[in-house]
Amino acid sequence: MNLSRTARALLWAALAGGLGVVYVPLLIVLLNSVNADRTFGWPPPGFTMRWWAAAWESGGVRDALVTSLQAAVGATAIALLLGTMAAFAVQRYSFFGRESVSLLIVLPIALPGIVTGIALNNAFRTVLEPFGVSLGLFTVIVGHATFCVVTVFNNVLARLRRLGASIEEASADLGADTFTTFRLVTFPMMRSALLAGGLLAFALSFDEIIVTTFTAGAGVRTLPIWIFENLFRPNQAPVVNVVAAALIILSVVPIYVAQRISGVEATTH
Amino acid sequence: MFWFMPDQEAAVRLIGLRKSFGPVEAVSGIDLEIADGEFFAMLGPSGSGKTTVLRMIAGFESPTAGMVELGGVDVTRLAPFERDVNTVFQDYALFPHMSVLDNVEYGLRVKKVPRSERRERALAALGSVRLDGFERRRPSQLSGGQRQRVALARALVNRPRVLLLDEPLGALDLKLREEMQVELKSIQREVGITFLFVTHDQEEALTMSDRVAVFDQGRIEQVGTPAEVYERPATPFVASFVGTSNLISGDAAHAVLGKGGTYSVRPEKLRLSDLDAAVGADEHSATGTVAEVVYAGPATRFVVDLDVGGRLVALQQNLQVSSMEVTELRGSRVRLVWNRRHEFAIAS
Repeated sequence: MNLSRTARALLWAALAGGLGVVYVPLLIVLLNSVNADRTFGWPPPGFTMRWWAAAWESGGVRDALVTSLQAAVGATAIALLLGTMAAFAVQRYSFFGRESVSLLIVLPIALPGIVTGIALNNAFRTVLEPFGVSLGLFTVIVGHATFCVVTVFNNVLARLRRLGASIEEASADLGADTFTTFRLVTFPMMRSALLAGGLLAFALSFDEIIVTTFTAGAGVRTLPIWIFENLFRPNQAPVVNVVAAALIILSVVPIYVAQRISGVEATTH
Repeated sequence: MFWFMPDQEAAVRLIGLRKSFGPVEAVSGIDLEIADGEFFAMLGPSGSGKTTVLRMIAGFESPTAGMVELGGVDVTRLAPFERDVNTVFQDYALFPHMSVLDNVEYGLRVKKVPRSERRERALAALGSVRLDGFERRRPSQLSGGQRQRVALARALVNRPRVLLLDEPLGALDLKLREEMQVELKSIQREVGITFLFVTHDQEEALTMSDRVAVFDQGRIEQVGTPAEVYERPATPFVASFVGTSNLISGDAAHAVLGKGGTYSVRPEKLRLSDLDAAVGADEHSATGTVAEVVYAGPATRFVVDLDVGGRLVALQQNLQVSSMEVTELRGSRVRLVWNRRHEFAIAS
């Protein structure tokens, strides 16, 4: 399409403005994490790795990081297992209520986190507590899994749709039994979809705070919760900033990798 | 057991084969025998059950009733990977994550054929479909015709008892399709494997196969050589599906032929003549008005409304005429003449 010079300039300005609103604050967080001034004076008087060292030394931050990783790994594992199975069921078999099941799986990602959080909190406390299971890491993992399943489900479903069933039939036709077909054809074709879905699930879980607040017990503190708790303590501000910077990097990398995988796949098939 | 001669068995035998999908009966009782080494076509419109029959022979669908025998052995209950047949799929179904060579080797690999032997056989198979030098490519880097030939090599390398082809040329453009028709035929002659192929294209079925089964609504209407099916259609459906239907029936049959029933004459057997043209003793004729003239390069189709009712299509070669001249014939009065031995009674 041919655009006039002015229109072109205006569109570029709109793009720059839109992206700027999102990314400039993130950039400031990253810069302030190496700002020598404790109160984030601007321009920064000097460069320092002090806050990064302090964050690394802090027991609270380390514990929170480990908890976050555990929660994210657990939720991703559940999502991979359930999401893949659900996608195969919905794509390969027709059964009563298939469309509804599909909708019910996707819905949690659209539900307000606060609603999911309250609902899970009530459910866990009324159902699990009588059995002696209290809120903790396990309930956080289950809570995160409810919406992480969607990312795996969607990725695998899209892949299955594109593949069709005929290459598995071709494999059987050429003499491969069901297991061999899965090993040599189905799984290799699924691999990148699983990786992309899994990375997205990991990223979703890693920076989740609302559902976590309602499903984590008193002792469980993920990284986002730690930030939230320390946000308003002035002497912790530089360390909070470092943790936020680390979170940005840790969340962006998996998303970027997932995007790359889907992008490469889309152009080669 | 000296009397046991497996080579004399039919390559494929279908006995009372039926398949229902819920309340819909896709295949309603098929009996068919296909001889060893035959090039056999299953021809019919979409939804006539021919592909379902093919899938039951391959083992992708299990019949509701009836039996599938391969080389005299009942395989009805066997899984696809336990049957000595291979399929060329309509969409080729090549494995996109494997090279061309790995695709062709796949069947040998899962049957644990030693690496060096399978490499040798796969390269030979690629050579036989004229794809030498393509073994490192990915399927996505090939054209439609090349993919089709990879699918063929991937199936043939296993030397199956029967090769099943599901609309093998459907996705190719006309030029390539004509080339592949000739090529498929010569490959079949070389390897000597029974080819069973499904098509809705009557020309494809007639040019390539030794015998044709015409399918309609889950049943076989007629089995015969291409010439039999074309020249002597057994039912009105076959007459209309294979070639242009030119039926004379009812009052028209009484008036023109002097007898009742339904008769078929192929368009190229009709001669377009003047009203007062002489009609031989062994010939029949009917007068009418040219309703439509369709010029098609080497020949022209004349649609003629008969005075006694009904409509016949006559195909005339453009030996001396041009498109200008033939189109001027629209609306003119003509007499259609044909030899009596070209009219065939059809059971309705």
